[in-house]
Amino acid sequence: MSGVRVLVGTRKGAFILTADGKRKDWNVSGPHFGGWEMYHLKGSPADPNRIYASQTSGWFGQLIQRSNDGGKTWEPMNNKFVYDGVPGTHQWYDGTPHPWEFKRVWHLEPSLTDPDTVYAGVEDGALFRSTDGAQSWQEMSGLRKHGTGPKWQPGAGGLCLHTILLDPENPNRIYIAISAAGAFRTDDSGETWKPINRGLYSKYIPDPNAEVGHCVHHIAMHPSRPNVLFMQKHWDVMRSDNGGDNWQEVSGNLPTDFGFAIDVHAHEPETLYVVPIKSDSEHYPIDGKLQVHRSRTGGNEWEAMTKGLPQQNCYVNVLRDAMSVDSLDECGVYFGTTGGQVYCSADAGDSWNPIVRDLPAVLSIEVQTLR
Amino acid sequence: MTSTVRIELPAHLRTLAGVDREVTVEVEGTATLRAAMDELEARYPMLCGTIRDQITQQRRPFLRFFACQEDLSHDSPDDPLPEAIILGKEPLIVLGAIAGG
Repeated sequence: MSGVRVLVGTRKGAFILTADGKRKDWNVSGPHFGGWEMYHLKGSPADPNRIYASQTSGWFGQLIQRSNDGGKTWEPMNNKFVYDGVPGTHQWYDGTPHPWEFKRVWHLEPSLTDPDTVYAGVEDGALFRSTDGAQSWQEMSGLRKHGTGPKWQPGAGGLCLHTILLDPENPNRIYIAISAAGAFRTDDSGETWKPINRGLYSKYIPDPNAEVGHCVHHIAMHPSRPNVLFMQKHWDVMRSDNGGDNWQEVSGNLPTDFGFAIDVHAHEPETLYVVPIKSDSEHYPIDGKLQVHRSRTGGNEWEAMTKGLPQQNCYVNVLRDAMSVDSLDECGVYFGTTGGQVYCSADAGDSWNPIVRDLPAVLSIEVQTLR
Repeated sequence: MTSTVRIELPAHLRTLAGVDREVTVEVEGTATLRAAMDELEARYPMLCGTIRDQITQQRRPFLRFFACQEDLSHDSPDDPLPEAIILGKEPLIVLGAIAGG
C-alpha cells in the first residue's frame, strides 16, 4: 500500500504527518523536540526510514538528530561544525569584514544513493558533508574559498546556505544557493565551485548584474532533467536550461514575482509551483488571498490555484523550504505557512485541503513517498 | 581528591540528556567550572555544544552559571567552585535566560 510521510519543521518542534495514497485521512505525530526550532528534516532516498533533522535554539545552539525507523525514535548525532583552516571574513550588513561564525544548519540533503552520506547547508554560508551517518562533519571548503567568499553578505535571514541539489545523472555535480551570495555549482564533487548567476538582475545591489551578491531564495530541479533549474529569487522567478550557466526571467503574468518557495511537479518537468508574496517589505499574500500559482509551460504563463485556500484575511508567509511534492501517480503538492497550516493538494494543485491548521510557524516541509 | 558536583540543568537539556532535574558528576582534582562542564559533557556527550560553544568553549550567551545565590558566569572557568558546591551541599545551576516567545 502506498502512502506519504510529511516531515514538518516548525519554530517549536517537528511534526510527522502520514496518510495512505488517498491523502485524505491523516495521522499527526508530534511535537518531536518540542520547543526547539526545527529548521529542516529530510529522509534518505536510499533508505526512507533514515531521517536527518536539524534541531536548533538561540539558547542551546545546534543539534543534529537521526532516526533509523522513520521518525519513531531519534538519537542525537555529532553537532561539531568546524570551518576548514583559518575561516577569514565575509561582509557584514554594513559592508565591513566579519569573521565566519557557525550559527545553525538550515538544510540537510541526504545522498541519493548512500544513507550514511548527508550534506548540511549552514549559516554562515558553508557546505558540510558527513559520510558516516552524521557521526562527524567535514567542511567542503572549496565553496567558501573559491574566491568570492569575502564578498558574500548576509540576507535579512542571515548568510544561510539553504538549497542543496544533487544531480541524479552526474554524482560529481552539486548546486547550492546562499542568501545573499547567489547560486554556485561544482562539477568535481565539491573540490571547486563557480558562481552561476549570469542573467540574474538585482537592482538593490550596487552592480545589478554582479557575479555574486544576489538574494536567491530557493532553487528547484526535476530529477529527469537536472540541467534545467527553476529559481525563486528575492524578486523574479528565473529559469536556466544549462545547469545555471545562464538564467532568464519567467515571472510572466504572476501578480508579484516576490516569494520564497518554488517546486516542480513530480511527473511533469515543465509544471512549476510558486506562492507569490506581496513584496520584500510585506511578507504575505496580496489582498489577503493565499494563492499557489502553477505554470504548465515551464514559466511565463501562470494560473492561480485558489480552491480550498483562504481568499480573505490571510496574511501568512510560505518560507523557502516549506513546499514539497510527492511522487504518487497523481502528484501531491504540499506547503506550510508561518500561520501553522499545512496544505495538501492531492490533484497537482487544482484543489487544496489543510492537513493541520494550528501548528507553530512552519519552517520546512519535506514529503516522502512510501511504496 | 574527588568532588561530587551536583548540576541542575534547564528543562530542554534534561530532556535531551534523558535525566532528572539534577545530575552529579565526579570531578578529580580542583573542582572548577571548566572541570565540571568537561565531566558533564564526557558523561552526556549529547550536551556538547549546548552549554559551551564547541569551538571556543565559551558559555552560550543566553545561559548563565549560578551557585550559592551568586552569578559565576563572568568568573574565570578555572577558578575553584564555591565550597558548598564542592561539598555537594548546593547545586551548580545552569540557567537559561527568560527571553523569547
